[in-house]
Amino acid sequence: MKQLTVAGKVMTLLFAAVFLAACSSKSTKDDTSAADAAAAAEAAARSAAERAAMEDGAMSERRLQDAVAAVGNIFYFDYDSSTLRPQAQEALDAHIALLRTNDRSVRLEGHTDERGTREYNMALGERRANTVRDYMVVSGIASFRIETVSYGEEQPIAYGAGEANYSQNRRVELK
Amino acid sequence: MKHLTAVLVATLIALATTSARAELVIEITQGMDNPTAIAVVPFAWQSGGTAPEDVAQVIDNDLARSGQFDPIGRGDMLARPSTQQEVFYRDWRAINTEYVLIGRASVTGQVQMRIEYELFDVNRQARVLSGYEEGHVNDARMLAHRIADEVYETLTGIPGAFATRLLYVSVTRNPVGKDFYRLTLADSDGARPIVLLESREPIMAPSWSPDGKHIAYVSFETSRPAIYRQELASGARVQLTNFRGLNGAPAWSPDGNSMAMVLSKDGNPDIYVMDLRTRELTQLTRHYAIDTEPTWMPDGRSILFTSDRGGRPQIYRYDLRSGATERVTYEGSYNARARIAQDGRNLVMVHQAGGQFHIALQDLVTNRLQILTGTDLDESPSIAPNGSMVLYGTKSGDRGILAAVSVDGGVKFRLPAREGDVREPAWSPYMSR
Repeated sequence: MKQLTVAGKVMTLLFAAVFLAACSSKSTKDDTSAADAAAAAEAAARSAAERAAMEDGAMSERRLQDAVAAVGNIFYFDYDSSTLRPQAQEALDAHIALLRTNDRSVRLEGHTDERGTREYNMALGERRANTVRDYMVVSGIASFRIETVSYGEEQPIAYGAGEANYSQNRRVELK
Repeated sequence: MKHLTAVLVATLIALATTSARAELVIEITQGMDNPTAIAVVPFAWQSGGTAPEDVAQVIDNDLARSGQFDPIGRGDMLARPSTQQEVFYRDWRAINTEYVLIGRASVTGQVQMRIEYELFDVNRQARVLSGYEEGHVNDARMLAHRIADEVYETLTGIPGAFATRLLYVSVTRNPVGKDFYRLTLADSDGARPIVLLESREPIMAPSWSPDGKHIAYVSFETSRPAIYRQELASGARVQLTNFRGLNGAPAWSPDGNSMAMVLSKDGNPDIYVMDLRTRELTQLTRHYAIDTEPTWMPDGRSILFTSDRGGRPQIYRYDLRSGATERVTYEGSYNARARIAQDGRNLVMVHQAGGQFHIALQDLVTNRLQILTGTDLDESPSIAPNGSMVLYGTKSGDRGILAAVSVDGGVKFRLPAREGDVREPAWSPYMSR
């Protein structure tokens, strides 16, 4: 999201510069001086945009990190499902926004609850990790930066039976 | 004698240090309605010092655990004969005993022992079995299990499976860090546990080579799952796979030359077979569904596996010659992780009914399905080599324990660990001597 925002700001400033240049050409017949003025305005706008982008970058990186910290690194799933929940998608968007600003590699660890056989759960955990990976790749994160591994039901967060425990264990952890 | 004592002390030290945590305890929960009354008389020790093992007690426990026998308590015995001349049938009729097993054990050579045994039929007043077992004193328990096998076969007509071994995975939870995973080898009664592998990362899917000399398992020790093969005698091991994605569920072919496994290196879990001599891989299934949990039919001609290609997990059979796949299970919406008895007929699996996961048996001739267990979260069934019992993992509270049920559902026992969780039992084939 950050790149789009910066590009948008640059476009707005450039548009303003061109508009100013067009206005000045109306008040004088000298095309050359009008062109010079337009170029100067454009250059001024550009450096202003770059400064804005840099400040914006530093600020938004902090903001993005805060956003990632707020959503956490665990995305939860429904029983026997590998479909991303809407809130997991939102949380993932925060991570994707931050990953766009760096070249870090991530590891996605897929987990399940204890119901069902261990090997089937290994496959289900892999499906969940792959769902998260595919969403990240579609959102522009290069696939070579993403490693997936399934732990099936082998590493629960919450021991014991019941949905309260199971729901905590059906997850993908981003590390 | 001095030498023997040294050996015994060394044995005791070895036993004490092989992780008491992984040791199993046996609790019989359900036996047959009319078990055979048998007296296993304490065996006479004919050498100096004390016997290295209470051989009769090991046999007694084996027979009791089968659920088919009701051993007479030692306190109820009116006599303790150790030779045929000392057996008086009236002593045993008086306490309603049907069979009497007696024996004598002694040291032969420096570390060898010999156990002689005789089995008497009280009603027919006749000796029905006699024999002896010889071996290393450290293997006294295994010699006892072999005698139990002989007695069991004589009285039931079915070969015994006491002189076999178990593999299982145990986990000790660590609240402040990573858990401890252990792969343990033990006798069929849970005694003499030996930790084969210890790791802070998961260990899964232990399985046996058909000759019982090698094992295979999955270990995450490299932070990713990989299949390893390990020789039991030397401990030497080889990493067989290191593919991207799943590397799971190794299953040896009946001839020992190939291994079926699950790989998802091409994006999706499919069944593959590796030639163990050339390491060449053959892909059997190509389906966007989950294909997993392969196991070989005893004739080696087809492979059973779990697939959710029909929407829910069911058991399918892949014919290795024709390449055809057919569905095997139809009853219920969840049937997974099949294991087949040596007769090629009794198929056991995890079956969901009423929201719970039980162990069920499907007769492949009649296709009749019978649910064997009444507990929930039952999984990882493994059949004894004589086809009599099914060992599986289940839950007791929030702890994983092992349990066993006879293939007719009539006999049940539990094998909780003294500490920690136990899971994924793998019953060995018959061990070559």
